Amino acid sequence: MTRALFAALLLACALPLPAADFGTAQLFEMLSKRKPVRATFHERKFMKLLDKPVDSSGELLFTPPARMEKRTATPKPESVVIDGSRITLTRGGKTYGMGLHDNPGVAVLVESIRATLAGDLAALTRTYSVALDGSAAKWKLALRPLDPAISTLVERIDIGGAQADVRSVEIFQADGDRSLMTITAGPG
Amino acid sequence: MPRGRRLALGLWLAGLALAIFAVTQARFVADLSSFLPSAPTPEQRLLVDQLRDGAISRVVMVGIEGADASTHARLSHALAAALRADPRFAFVANGASVGFERERDLLLAHRYVLSPHVTPERFTAAGLKAAVAETIDLLASPAGLLAKALVPRDPTGELLAVVEMLRPEGGPQVVDGAWASPDGRRAILLARTRAAGSDIDAQAEAIAALDAAFAKARSEAGAAAANARAVMTGPGVFAARSRAMIEHDVKRLTTVSAGIVIVLLLLVYRSPVALALGLVPVVSGALAGIAAVSLGFGAVHGITLGFGTTLIGEAVDYSIYLFVQAGRGDQAGDDGWIRGFWPTVRLGVLTSIAGFSALVFSGLPGLAQLGVYSIVGLIVAAAVTRFVLPQLLPASFRIRDISALGERLVVASRAAHRLRWAVALVALGAAAVLALHRGPLWDPELSSLNPISAADRQVDTELRAALGAADARHMVAVHGASADATLGAAERAAQALDPLVAQGKLAGYDNPARYLPSAATQRARLESLPDAATLRASLREALTGSPLAAAKLEPFIADAERARSASLLTREQVAGTALDAALEGLLFRDREGRWTALLGLRAAPSQPIDAAAIRARLDEAKLGDAFILDLKAEVNRLYSGYFERALLASAAGLLAIVALLYGALRSARRVALVMAPLLAGVLLVAAWHVARGTQLSLLHLVGLLLVIAIGSNYALFFDKLAHGGGDAAPRTLASLALANLTTVASFGVLGLSQIPVLAAIGSTVALGAFVTLIFSAAVAGRGIIRA
Repeated sequence: MTRALFAALLLACALPLPAADFGTAQLFEMLSKRKPVRATFHERKFMKLLDKPVDSSGELLFTPPARMEKRTATPKPESVVIDGSRITLTRGGKTYGMGLHDNPGVAVLVESIRATLAGDLAALTRTYSVALDGSAAKWKLALRPLDPAISTLVERIDIGGAQADVRSVEIFQADGDRSLMTITAGPG
Repeated sequence: MPRGRRLALGLWLAGLALAIFAVTQARFVADLSSFLPSAPTPEQRLLVDQLRDGAISRVVMVGIEGADASTHARLSHALAAALRADPRFAFVANGASVGFERERDLLLAHRYVLSPHVTPERFTAAGLKAAVAETIDLLASPAGLLAKALVPRDPTGELLAVVEMLRPEGGPQVVDGAWASPDGRRAILLARTRAAGSDIDAQAEAIAALDAAFAKARSEAGAAAANARAVMTGPGVFAARSRAMIEHDVKRLTTVSAGIVIVLLLLVYRSPVALALGLVPVVSGALAGIAAVSLGFGAVHGITLGFGTTLIGEAVDYSIYLFVQAGRGDQAGDDGWIRGFWPTVRLGVLTSIAGFSALVFSGLPGLAQLGVYSIVGLIVAAAVTRFVLPQLLPASFRIRDISALGERLVVASRAAHRLRWAVALVALGAAAVLALHRGPLWDPELSSLNPISAADRQVDTELRAALGAADARHMVAVHGASADATLGAAERAAQALDPLVAQGKLAGYDNPARYLPSAATQRARLESLPDAATLRASLREALTGSPLAAAKLEPFIADAERARSASLLTREQVAGTALDAALEGLLFRDREGRWTALLGLRAAPSQPIDAAAIRARLDEAKLGDAFILDLKAEVNRLYSGYFERALLASAAGLLAIVALLYGALRSARRVALVMAPLLAGVLLVAAWHVARGTQLSLLHLVGLLLVIAIGSNYALFFDKLAHGGGDAAPRTLASLALANLTTVASFGVLGLSQIPVLAAIGSTVALGAFVTLIFSAAVAGRGIIRA
């Protein structure tokens, strides 16, 4: 009975049925029960333009269902707050605001992480095709943008985790540049 | 028919024809700027021009409300897109974009003349190292994705610096990419029309276009937007709205008061012929008045026309006097009237003219129009009554006998006379109310003339506060012989202001030189760029050990080399771009050919603009001819100057009336008896307004003058009755009662107007005319008792 329900649900989401017992529905069920996240991150960007990767690090805060804050401490203090459909960047004492609707490129990147953290499978499948690999102890989601205009910017996003913790986000840009953010659960 | 009479008739017909022609050619206006002073000093002229045509006069603020926040934002984006495509709007901002993003290519091409960071130091090895390090940090940041593509051409981030400089500071919060009010109830959009704020036709057209665009956006936005609405404010919006109100009121009031007067006259005369003839002087006077204003001022203001209803009230009196006082209307009766009563009417006309002259000399074009209109109208109406009307009366002309009413009025006057000491008491009481009133009697603010409702003004204040835009109150004006020299002066003024911004005494300022730097500044910036070989060497030195290899920056070296040999950016080159639109109204040439640049100041939170500190900084920068404008204070100062002048002119008018009366009556006692009811009436009306909590404005002053002008007719007739006219008392009193009724009715209707200018005059005169008649009867009723 439960299995049949899952199958129907997954079919409705037009997702490939995973071979393993561990499915996206289970993963997102687990993720959606998470309490607010407070973690540290370290991000490394590899760009063709630069001979060496550039690093940044700081804190990541997520308050379900829709508020995410990325506080960068190095190399320059800055913060990005995404709340609902509003994104606010604070940098060098100045604040810039924009709507996610006007910046689809930014919106997909934000949504990939936020929807995953929130366990919001429906939101995620609106913009990405989602493929899950691995088990509850160590899983990997591969997201590919559905919108061809977006896929000229972002080719794929890999999100890795263990149980209800997101451990890494790796973004592959269409021009070959790449960024890898590793997340370590912090206090809270 | 004697020659003289034929001549009078011929002159009247010719004059009428000319007046009708002039009226058909007249241009009618309705903006309130003609109630602004005509401004004698250059500072004040700049001020008045700014209010009338300047950038601040073109601002339209739109608030979208009534639905949920994200629907508001969607409507805001759709509206902004529609308005940007509309040539009637020079500039549209709603938070998503202020227009400069659309000029990315222009800004990119000219970034080295526009960027404030371009100095020789910036392109040394050390300067480049710092600038590139900054750019690499940006690449590491979340915003890096957007910046990446331009780095090979612009590793020092000049385009970003230009966009940053042009970004409005202290803007409102953004919800779904659109500006929103702090409480989130409204989305906010700011537009600037291409047409000046005083071009009301164009403003009305722009508002209609905005309304239509909003309606379209709403219908396309679906059910969620069904209850959404757009509220609009701004000088042009208010001007157009005022005009619509004035036009509506003038039409309505003129119709209603003319209707009342006609019904009254018909009731009394019981003769359509008498009614038609009775209106001949009024119509002649009104036509002549409009023609005179049109010829003298070039245009006729709607308020002058509204004021025309009052002329009906006063000029119709003359024919009433003729018909009623001359009795049966036979030829002998007319001649008798001309001998017996005309001198009194003539004196009344002269005193009225003395009163209205105060308006002509008030210095406010709008009021001067009212004065000219009234003076010309009254003279013509009186002259037509005296010289033309008696000839038009058919031999069989007669009106209903109203002597029975007259007899009753004689009895009433006798009773009133017993109460003459009550008039003195009322006058004393009114004087006491005025003397004991706490706070100022007179309202020195121009806004008392403003027909815009308090609710609309509240919305305006809220939208302005939410936009956090320059409050459009304080600005620094600098001058020069050419546009370029003026931009140079603006740059020096900006340098003088910068320390105040750094100290937090000033939140910031708008500067036209940001959109188009002076040629000297542009040249200095381009000269900061080293040649290709030097730049390449400096880059190599700067980027040793950096993640960004100098070899990847050849596009930058090529761009810098191209910029060095490029021509400077000119106003012609930016024509039609967002930069041009931003300059509009901030850099302009006045009638004398002198150029002016305006730097709008933004006050720091909870800190008023310190004009003295700014003045000191400007003087230090040797900008002696720059001045600081505080628009609101300056306008009010200007207005109160004219207010004092109008008060003086009124006092002079009063003295002239007394002198005229003394010249005709030759008795100080008689003059005192004529003036006493008028002054008592004025005191009572002023006290009535004050007791009701109304602050008296310039318009109330005008109304009080009219009370004296109209009341003097009554008082003079009573004086006449007291000095050898006793047998005519019943008919005279009947004519006065009828004349008073028409005056009170027509001014009373005016008092119901939603336009403060008209309402103030109407309520003042209706009450004043009524009480001066009663007071005149009480003070001078003795002669009637003798008869």
